[in-house]
Amino acid sequence: MTELTPRDLWRGGLLRTRVRQRRVRRPRGIAAAGALVALAWVVIAVFAPLIAPHDPLAQNWTPFLHPSRAHLFGTDELGRDVLSRVVFGARLSLPLALLLVSLSAAIGGGIGLISGYFRGWVDGVLMRLVDLFFAFPPIILAMVVTAALGPSIRNAVLALVVVSWPSYARVVRGLVLSIGNSDYVLSSRLIGRSARVALLRDVLPNVAGPVVVLATLDLGNAMLLLAGLSFLGLGAQPPVAEWGSMVANGAQNFEFWWLATFPGMAIFTSVLAFNFLGDGLRDALDPRAQAQVEDAKP
Amino acid sequence: MPASELANPQPFGPGRLASWWASRPVLSFVLRRAAALVLLSLGITCVTFVLTNLVPGDPAAANLGQLAVGDPTAVAAFREHYGLNKPLPVQYLIYLDHLVHGDLGVSEQTHNPVRHDLATYIPATAELALISIGIALVVGITLGVVAALRRNRLTDHVLRVISLAGVSMPIFWIALLALYVFFFRLGWAPGSGRLDPGANPPPHLTGIYTFDALVSGSWGTLWDALSHLMLPAIVLAGWNIGLLTRYTRSAVLDVLQEDYIRAARAKGLRSLTVIFRHVLRAALPAIVTVLGLLFANAMTGSVLIETIFAWPGIGQYAYHSATSLDLPAITGVSLFVAVLYVSINFVVDVLYGVIDPRIRIT
Repeated sequence: MTELTPRDLWRGGLLRTRVRQRRVRRPRGIAAAGALVALAWVVIAVFAPLIAPHDPLAQNWTPFLHPSRAHLFGTDELGRDVLSRVVFGARLSLPLALLLVSLSAAIGGGIGLISGYFRGWVDGVLMRLVDLFFAFPPIILAMVVTAALGPSIRNAVLALVVVSWPSYARVVRGLVLSIGNSDYVLSSRLIGRSARVALLRDVLPNVAGPVVVLATLDLGNAMLLLAGLSFLGLGAQPPVAEWGSMVANGAQNFEFWWLATFPGMAIFTSVLAFNFLGDGLRDALDPRAQAQVEDAKP
Repeated sequence: MPASELANPQPFGPGRLASWWASRPVLSFVLRRAAALVLLSLGITCVTFVLTNLVPGDPAAANLGQLAVGDPTAVAAFREHYGLNKPLPVQYLIYLDHLVHGDLGVSEQTHNPVRHDLATYIPATAELALISIGIALVVGITLGVVAALRRNRLTDHVLRVISLAGVSMPIFWIALLALYVFFFRLGWAPGSGRLDPGANPPPHLTGIYTFDALVSGSWGTLWDALSHLMLPAIVLAGWNIGLLTRYTRSAVLDVLQEDYIRAARAKGLRSLTVIFRHVLRAALPAIVTVLGLLFANAMTGSVLIETIFAWPGIGQYAYHSATSLDLPAITGVSLFVAVLYVSINFVVDVLYGVIDPRIRIT
């Protein structure tokens, strides 16, 4: 290989402009696909009564009908239309995941803010508390909490808030510490801003970006955990149409594959959409990932 | 004696102790970590204690079940045993004392001591988790290295989508589909359970069937156990494969930028030699740090899928005890899993600190 081919030039960076374009575009494609699917699910959730062909709770048909033109996703063991149940399931999973993530972000973010702002022993105590909650695999701690409080969808959300706030606390604390020491915050203090105003005006806006990324990535996680708890029978209770408990239903009526397949597909596509979105956002906002992207391949 | 001590001899007193400490960074690092581990474990018992006391209503009723509540002597004995008539801090100390003596309470559902139940169910889950983590390590690291080497090409983007799909899959759903397709439809995989119905387990050594069968030389049983393991282990590995692919990719990318890799390439070493001898060796410590996370994922997954595969492990035990509100059992499981989890993280931390001196400072 003595002669330089265009490929070598490309690799060596002489055609870097093209490379840069490619590099930036691809992840955005993934994020855009995620945004599109997530949007589709939001639309389905909002307009569920218009989209669903039947009442999700009506037991009007023969049980275990195969998917057909009349019932695209078939019917379940009580003769309910599976498609309608999947559509209405979006009305439960999406808002609950959103609520769960907002609550965790608010609580964890608040604690992280306090920790990073006061430092010293307050920081020490709060961060040891965070370590403690990280010591449990999430679903196991959530199971203990729901078992102690009693199984219901409300308690499942509470339990998942208990297990998911610590990651926000840790991230926000780190950001507040590093941003608090940055030159522009110090100069804003020098021109006479009080610490509280500096925290609100200079620090908080810069904490928001990474927290949004974390929350978007967490949204998918929250849906998975919530569906998991419902699958275990510790979340939504029958006859509510919830994706996780519908899969559990399918597990009990194993040979009728359509009972579990379609609600599972709904969980998968919506979680994947949020993960695509969060992944793209992280690449767009994370300076380290960008620095890596700019570097040449060895 | 370290050079620093020779150059700067200290008189007796606290300064001497400090310099003794400073001259043994590894020991002080390990001891500090161990102290943190002990504190964390104490904290875990605190959390489980608070949760058991959260139960609305009478703890005696919750722990003894409806039948025993009618029996006043049983209730009185229960109250005495757990010091329920004493103040909370004292109750906590009594709880700790029980834990130290291995008393995790009695399961309401099986009527066995929880410790006994855990001992029965742990080997099955250990076997499943170990095999699945092994699969995840091999597949995940390979895919991660490939993604890093083919960075920003089509392969990388495809792998990115695959790994995101891996962490987005509801594992209980995939388990169900896999069982339906490979067992019910195709008949490639054996059905649920650890062995074929009617087959005898190998002589009990560890309770890990594949290991016991291997040691006792029962090849039929070994094959039987392995074939039952494959499907749940692969399903359980999915999440971890996604995680490891992403993680390995970024760790390898960090290493690839180093000058010594360029030098190794430049002096004409074959690509594979460079990857194995230089890149992977440098990237592995960073990859090892996720071992704890892999374990946590495997535990989460086994809670969700063991019921589907009728796998008699602690995942299924946790599921049954949580759904029947059997608080001593589910608390026992969470206590065990959490302490094991922080211990794994402790070992990983120490290993990492010993390998990489830069970590010890923090």
